[in-house]
Amino acid sequence: MNEEKKPAQKSFWDKLVSVDRRIIFLLIAVAVGVPLFFDVSPSMRVTPVVRGVYDSIESLPAGSKVLVSFDYDPGSMPELQPMAEAFFRHSLGRDLKLIIMGLWPQGPLQANLALEEVFRDDNIRTKNLQYGIDYVNLGFTAGNEVVIDRMGHSFEESYPQDGRGTPISEIPLMKGVRNYDNVDLIFNLSAGYPGTQEWVQYAVDVFHVKLVAGNTAVQAPAMYPYIQTGQLSGILGGMKGGAEYETAIGKSGVAVRYMFSQTMAHIIICVFIIMGNLAYFSLKKKRSKLEAKG
Amino acid sequence: MRREVPLVLTAIVGLTMIVSHFIPPLNMLKDLFEDWFFIIAAFAIYLGVLNLLQVNADKIYKKKADAPFGAVVIFGFLAITVPGLFFSGGREAFLDPGTPFFYLYINVYYPLSATMFALLAFFVASASYRAFRARNVESTMLLVAAFVLMLGRVLISDWISGWLPEGYMLGDLADWVMDFPQTAGQKAIMIGIALGVASSALRVILGLERAYMGGE
Repeated sequence: MNEEKKPAQKSFWDKLVSVDRRIIFLLIAVAVGVPLFFDVSPSMRVTPVVRGVYDSIESLPAGSKVLVSFDYDPGSMPELQPMAEAFFRHSLGRDLKLIIMGLWPQGPLQANLALEEVFRDDNIRTKNLQYGIDYVNLGFTAGNEVVIDRMGHSFEESYPQDGRGTPISEIPLMKGVRNYDNVDLIFNLSAGYPGTQEWVQYAVDVFHVKLVAGNTAVQAPAMYPYIQTGQLSGILGGMKGGAEYETAIGKSGVAVRYMFSQTMAHIIICVFIIMGNLAYFSLKKKRSKLEAKG
Repeated sequence: MRREVPLVLTAIVGLTMIVSHFIPPLNMLKDLFEDWFFIIAAFAIYLGVLNLLQVNADKIYKKKADAPFGAVVIFGFLAITVPGLFFSGGREAFLDPGTPFFYLYINVYYPLSATMFALLAFFVASASYRAFRARNVESTMLLVAAFVLMLGRVLISDWISGWLPEGYMLGDLADWVMDFPQTAGQKAIMIGIALGVASSALRVILGLERAYMGGE
């Protein structure tokens, strides 16, 4: 009479549905971490949107001025920093003059980090690039899209001094640079607000300046309508965009290497989604059978 | 008067910003208002800092349960700002590599900030496993699109569909999804948002929407 109640045996599918989330975390950690130890440099197909960025820079003659806005912080660094480094390699290698700024407080520091990395390259170091002549970092100014709008009339009103406190009227590179009419291209690296959308709305639409951008993978899809309309000449979307750009300039960097990690992580996620759906349908079938039996 | 004055100011500034786009002589007023905005934006940073310190100092003073977190916030704030302001060569050099500020940025702020963002990968994986189900036609379409993009935009795309003719590989399909259905959806969302923003702005300028003043 005193029968012990055995706990109901969980089926394989039940176990699969309620798998401990720590197992998923562990597998993702392995999928992301292990590939970093392998030096894989696969060839990447360069898509038209990335080709747009590459061609925009290639079409500029040496000495052209490019305004580069760093609108992100270290949180988005894995995706955007490789783009920044590849862009500096490409543009400085082609002797373009860079006017760097940031609408995010951390942006100008990210620019300095990328420059520091790029200056280690032999072909860039031998150019003996000088601050104030070949590139300048204007620093950060508060004001978001109002800064973009005001720069359309006068850079000096938004940035009276560069990041080091030097009046921009005393910087050789800034001589003759009054507003967007005096720059040949804008390159924006953005992880949110303010970012590419604001540059399109306040610089491209109003002052008709040419814009290319690098965005996080989350943000990039929202920029595709601007490419179709021609408001944006090209975009680097996420790690893949960075890797394609590195391929286009012929110098594989971290973005290409990180793509292996991203591939493994995507495969793991896809496998988990398939398993989750198999379990869902098996349990659903089981439940409807039980209901049919009454 | 406490309500009327802000309403009138909002209406004047809002209308001026719109009208100046069509009447260039009014750009002078627009520039003036933008100057005010810059000043307010700069002061907002100081206000934010003071607020941060006040809220967290209050927690510590009143020995609230989360006082230790308040202490960490104040310590973190001082640990970055004091070296940045006083020991990093001043305005001329604090952004340069090699300064204490730069060192702290690279070795403390940088990894902490990147770590917070990186955690998303784990939560996305876990959430996809538990929530991504082909329950109906719509969710199945979403699932298929997600698969095409997740596999089509990484290296495996060429490995598993390289045998297909050019233009029909998984990567091409992913590009098609991004260029057409995705862009069409984005455009619809953008138009909807733009109409919403325009109507909200109009309500604010006309004084119908007063939530920004607090209450109501």
